[in-house]
Amino acid sequence: MRLKKFLIFTFIIINLVGINRSYSMEPDVFVQSTVNRASQALNNKYSKEEKIDKLKQIASETVDINGIGYYTLGAYRKDISDNEINQYEMLFEQYFLKSFSSRLAEYSNPEIEVISKKKLNKNYTMVSSILVGTGQRPEVKIDWRVYTKNPENPLIRDLIIEGLSLARTQKEEFSSIIQSNDGDIKALFSTLKEFIK
Amino acid sequence: MKKIIIASLISLMLATNVSADTDGENNLSKKNTKEVKDCFEGVNRVTFKFNQVLDGVIFEPIAKAYRVLPSPVRAGTGNALDNLSALVTIPNNILQGEFKKAGVNTGRFIVNTTVGVVGIFDVAEKIGFPKYEKEDYGQTLGVMGVGSGCYVVLPVLGPSTIRDTAGSFANLLGGDAWYNVTITNDTQHFSNFDYYASRATSGINFRAKNIDSFENLEKNSMDFYASVRSLYLQDRQQKIANSNAITETQNDSDWEEIETQ
Repeated sequence: MRLKKFLIFTFIIINLVGINRSYSMEPDVFVQSTVNRASQALNNKYSKEEKIDKLKQIASETVDINGIGYYTLGAYRKDISDNEINQYEMLFEQYFLKSFSSRLAEYSNPEIEVISKKKLNKNYTMVSSILVGTGQRPEVKIDWRVYTKNPENPLIRDLIIEGLSLARTQKEEFSSIIQSNDGDIKALFSTLKEFIK
Repeated sequence: MKKIIIASLISLMLATNVSADTDGENNLSKKNTKEVKDCFEGVNRVTFKFNQVLDGVIFEPIAKAYRVLPSPVRAGTGNALDNLSALVTIPNNILQGEFKKAGVNTGRFIVNTTVGVVGIFDVAEKIGFPKYEKEDYGQTLGVMGVGSGCYVVLPVLGPSTIRDTAGSFANLLGGDAWYNVTITNDTQHFSNFDYYASRATSGINFRAKNIDSFENLEKNSMDFYASVRSLYLQDRQQKIANSNAITETQNDSDWEEIETQ
């Protein structure tokens, strides 16, 4: 009887561990599967509007939009009220999805190959890939900063194209808008609203 | 007299540069992301606007016409211009202590200039030379620990920093063999026109390669000036770091405190 209980207990534990493992995803596999989805979305059989809708859906599921939003706001996020943070999160999400999908929709049938990964710490892994060159464009190196705090749900936080970080560029752009308006965060909100119209 | 004026100007710029960016230590870390000040932002924005107008009227239409040329013609032109740029890259490899790279780039230049017909064909790459990476005097100053100084937008030439502008003057002071044989010395083989034509073509070639990226960036930027500034400064930081490892040039500290899971 004891042996039976022990075997059942062991069986349950093994299965739980197994289930747990089956849900965690390696960052490089995650990036490759994401770019494969994006490549399919960018297939020329779809109209530009369809491509944008599909890219927005993929970004919502695989990008840490809130995390990028906080990073982009920089030190200003510590000085604004909860109400303003909520407003910012809402505006940023719309801005990000529009900007992201509009940038990518210009490409057609991009072929991206993941080549390596480097774990920076428990929260971040950098995945390196290349956008394969064609007759029209040269090969482009793209690195992905993947947030891995929850290994079961890795999320993209930054794209670094030929060494140029999109998140950092966006952060400096936002900072410039706020600074040009005497540190008024509402100026950023107005600009964001104007962009997502 | 002209050289004395240029030398004085460079000394002044470098002195201003050092005082603008030094706070008791010269951090040589590859991850040195000390903020580059935009000391002349008002003037820079006006110059940036001027450059955009100039680009719209002159450079962009020419670049679009240039893109109509057959791909092999554009590739050959790009190769020949890259080959000429080796004349600046090689002395900078030496100044940065990269003697092996200097040797490789010299070999590349000789092979491409002769077998590759004045650099039109990149024969060196085909026979296994490593990928060519340009270097300039601004980068060398950066590698030596000179701070970037303020960000500036130059009329026609575009984004730069005080250090990079000062570095580019070195080309006119004997640091660019192509400038020396075309402008400084009367070699009877080349004329001033050859130098200016090569510089103009280089600008058009760069613009043509980046037409789509620029359009895309402009369309999706809320502050195009700030985006270009950020990209220029990141690019320079990476080039000065002389590293292909992305983890060497990215600053992780700002990301660490962002918790969403």
